[in-house]
Amino acid sequence: MLLNGVRWDHARAFAMTCGGPRGADERREQGTRKGTECMPVSLRESLGDIANPKNLNDSVEEVFRLMLGGECRQVEGALEAEAERVTAVVGFGGVLTGACVFRSGGAAARQVAARMTGMEFSSIDDTVTDGIGELCNMLAGSWKGRVPELAAHCGLSVPAVITGRDYSLHVQAPEFRLQHVYEFDGVRFEVTILCDGVV
Amino acid sequence: MDEVRALIVDDSSVMRKIVERSLRQAGLDPLVVVEAGSGAEGLEALKSAPVNLILSDINMPVMDGLEFLRQIRAQKLAVGVPVVMITTESSEEHVKQAILAGAQAYLRKPFTADQVKEKVMPLVGAA
Repeated sequence: MLLNGVRWDHARAFAMTCGGPRGADERREQGTRKGTECMPVSLRESLGDIANPKNLNDSVEEVFRLMLGGECRQVEGALEAEAERVTAVVGFGGVLTGACVFRSGGAAARQVAARMTGMEFSSIDDTVTDGIGELCNMLAGSWKGRVPELAAHCGLSVPAVITGRDYSLHVQAPEFRLQHVYEFDGVRFEVTILCDGVV
Repeated sequence: MDEVRALIVDDSSVMRKIVERSLRQAGLDPLVVVEAGSGAEGLEALKSAPVNLILSDINMPVMDGLEFLRQIRAQKLAVGVPVVMITTESSEEHVKQAILAGAQAYLRKPFTADQVKEKVMPLVGAA
């Protein structure tokens, strides 16, 4: 079978999925085989990789460079208070539970959506929330894709987007939290990875 | 190049537009795009509008992209039409599932127009 010009066989696929010869997956070789199933090792061994702040920065920079055609950079400080807010949430499930959260003011959300679509927006309409939700989905996918155990054994929910004024988001005692503020095209937004449990 | 009629299946209207824009930037011309917001809508579209290229998201409500692909094959719709799966999921397991369901190529979001060109053009005979 051919995929993207590469011949594929299922034995190779199994080896790659369950700890084959590739260096990045070597840790998975410690997993337990039961018939055709392969259990991954505990993610606790990879918690240092998972919680590495560089992974989040690399993910945000990649998504903005490829999908919005511009550079963004992490900046110090918290997001400024703004009455109108847009928050997108994509949940993680499987060997890690938690969420990727994108948060910005209304003006920043409209500007980011404008760069994604090539359209102008005067209000937070369905296209803006759709674009911000999809952006959060790509950030979550890019972030989890940087750790092989997460890429293979952690799923993503469809995005949920919250808009409105004067609300806040509370999460009880996460296992770890990465929370960075970025600047893109003169506007600021915040990306948070919340992990409330790992296997 | 002969006219390419592409079905783009994604629950995000923004992503459908981005995929269409990327196809045009990749040089697909003339291009006619049919859009669907779910796998179920995609199946209906295939029954009424013949296409020669399908690009589908995987993670969608109602009917996900893998089930959509299985249904295409089961219902013998779009026989011989190449399918490109587009998704944020990029593990070998997800690629394997896409192949088993019948995809010819796999494109990971975020992507560039060059990556779209590399994956799609050979499938429409314009490598």
